[in-house]
Amino acid sequence: MLTIIRERLRQKHRTTKYPKIEPVLPPRFRGLPQISATLSAPELAAAVASCPFAALSDREKKLQIDLGRCLFCADCPASTEYGALTFSNDYRLATNRRNELLQEDEIYLLAEKLDKKMLKLFGRSLKLRQISAGGCNACEADINVLGTLVFDLGRFGIQFVASPRHADGILLTGPVTKNMHAALLDTYAAIPAPKLVIASGACAISGGPFSGSPEVHNGIGDLFPVDLYIPGCPPHPYTILDGLLRLLGKI
Amino acid sequence: MNRSKIYRFRHGLAVPLAELALLDFTQFRETLLDEVASGARVVAYFGLPVDREVELYSIFAHDWTSELALIRTRVCGSFPSLTPECPQLHLFERELAEQFGLRPEGHPWLKPVRFHRAWIDAADIWGRPAGEQPIPGDMEFYRVEGEEVHEVAVGPVHAGVIEPGHFRFQCHGEQVMHLEISLGYQHRGIEQLLTGGPHPSSVYQMEAAAGDTTVGHTTVYAQLLESLANCKVPLRAQALRAIALELERLANHVGDIGALAGDVGFLPTASFCGRLRGDYLNLTAELCGSRFGRGLIRPGGVGFDLDGTLPLPFLERLKQLEENTRGAIELCFDSPSVLGRFEGTGLVKADAAEALGLVGVAARACGLVRDVRLHHPFGGLCDRFDTPIIEFDGDVFARSNVRRREIYASFELLHQLFKNLPEGEIRLPLGPLAAESLAVSLSEGWRGEVVHTAITDAQGRIARYKIIDPSFHNWSGLALSLRGGQISDFPLCNKSFNLSYCGVDL
Repeated sequence: MLTIIRERLRQKHRTTKYPKIEPVLPPRFRGLPQISATLSAPELAAAVASCPFAALSDREKKLQIDLGRCLFCADCPASTEYGALTFSNDYRLATNRRNELLQEDEIYLLAEKLDKKMLKLFGRSLKLRQISAGGCNACEADINVLGTLVFDLGRFGIQFVASPRHADGILLTGPVTKNMHAALLDTYAAIPAPKLVIASGACAISGGPFSGSPEVHNGIGDLFPVDLYIPGCPPHPYTILDGLLRLLGKI
Repeated sequence: MNRSKIYRFRHGLAVPLAELALLDFTQFRETLLDEVASGARVVAYFGLPVDREVELYSIFAHDWTSELALIRTRVCGSFPSLTPECPQLHLFERELAEQFGLRPEGHPWLKPVRFHRAWIDAADIWGRPAGEQPIPGDMEFYRVEGEEVHEVAVGPVHAGVIEPGHFRFQCHGEQVMHLEISLGYQHRGIEQLLTGGPHPSSVYQMEAAAGDTTVGHTTVYAQLLESLANCKVPLRAQALRAIALELERLANHVGDIGALAGDVGFLPTASFCGRLRGDYLNLTAELCGSRFGRGLIRPGGVGFDLDGTLPLPFLERLKQLEENTRGAIELCFDSPSVLGRFEGTGLVKADAAEALGLVGVAARACGLVRDVRLHHPFGGLCDRFDTPIIEFDGDVFARSNVRRREIYASFELLHQLFKNLPEGEIRLPLGPLAAESLAVSLSEGWRGEVVHTAITDAQGRIARYKIIDPSFHNWSGLALSLRGGQISDFPLCNKSFNLSYCGVDL
């Protein structure tokens, strides 16, 4: 017993003061991209063509990035060669609507809180059922991290539960494989209404690195109405937490 | 006589297909059984459709001579199953049946693996309707009948934040007589996506083949292309890959020990290790910006360097983490209540492990000396790794203790790697791939041996890409560990293996 207490003192108190104190992320962490509009027509065409997942597009001769498709990789020539795209250290990325993930200028609309009725229902206690539908387990791993003492998700009234019957919504990861399609629909149906849907990670939003595979559905699409999109491959735990807290009006 | 038809080579070399004899099936069978009898393991066994037939390749690893060997044959329609004589082929043959409609006659456990349609125009050997997506989990499960015998079905959606899979237990009271595991829910068609490649999207699909083994799988993919392109990766890049691989091992092993402690209700270690696991991931993010090593490993080298002043704070943080990790782990290994639950639970015997071809932590916990870092090194770790961690009891304790000792060995290895970090470039351009060749690449990921192999066509494009995650071999080990045990021990046994679903489903 004494050894346990001694070790506990040595390990120290590790729960962060988030959201009161902002986290310090590694300098090389790739968060919200910034676009500087200085591309010539051929450069723009080359940049758009370079992304194998069609995250970049040409919108009225300006570069547009779809964060729902972007893997935040380090290879984009728009970033490495032309310097038109820089990934900032800003981890806040979650939005309410699919089209808000398209970024072309400095304005990026972060998620807003639920409406009054939903907030009254879920604002103080939100139980989620996580469904992995073809995820690579990286998204799942960084959701699990929220349960560790560093983040202590429970202190915000949010909890992942075992049964859909106990849940207020789903948090989906993975591109929705054909083999998980039926199980996903069943699990969603088993959750009592009203319910929330959160799509976390590039796979769940757009199919991610597996978009176009005949074995997957390219993400959630219009399968269910979505309340929160959390981009990233996988999203950083702080990106997920920030999204959840915004939805509940706690940030 | 047959032995002369075997092509023997070493890790990192491409084999021109023209130099490879085409055996008839009887020769192929005899040679394979001979090789296995002489101590070789089958590390890959797969088919490539050629005209109306399927070319069958078998790749062996001779661990103690660091040698790889290769044979091939052609089959059509059906062939006599080798599984009864060589059980480690059981899942490989089921895979062939599912992908190409081949029937391995006499296979004792012939069921689908991933529930997808055949890759070629072939009749389904299970008689499922043509042109329709098979229903996952729709197969004949092994059943025990009798009074007081009951069946427990779990999944695909499980209780925790984990991947989907289906488990069927045949129980008599609390006692498990048999566990059958049916996967395929995470099937994304990765191997098929690689055909005609490598494509610009391929490396990202490799990074997400099994997200917790991003460094392992991407390293093996990069090594494979480098072997085919005869690209000599700079030493510094190899060392950085080795550093990332050990960080991945640390994060996952530390997380596993925490989860094991949590499963037996020992919360101090569970809490401390949960935090420490994240800190190791954060160290990887210091190196490349991603907690899982995304963007780090690239064919030809690595995408990020440990340059400037980075190594110093890196080592300092590692030192602090090491102290905290040792404290957290020793706490649980000193507790009689924890050891009481770990010892004797989930037993797998060495001969069963050997027959099933288990790899990695699960194999080393049964006394099998199998570690790619020792037997088939590629570059960076060539002369740095000489002590594989072996335990003999084959129970939850042995699997935990292999992890604990590997964590401590990884600290040593990391210090060595930092001390001897070579100077120089970190990435070279990858040339075109050799045409009509085959290469095999291996690496000891944190779970065990990750194997990729590729065959190129006349234009140097990938004609067949095969991925074997350690979980592919080891799920059978988990099923076996439950036999005769209590169903309430399942979470603990499962955690002691901690296998990947997506790594198998691909």
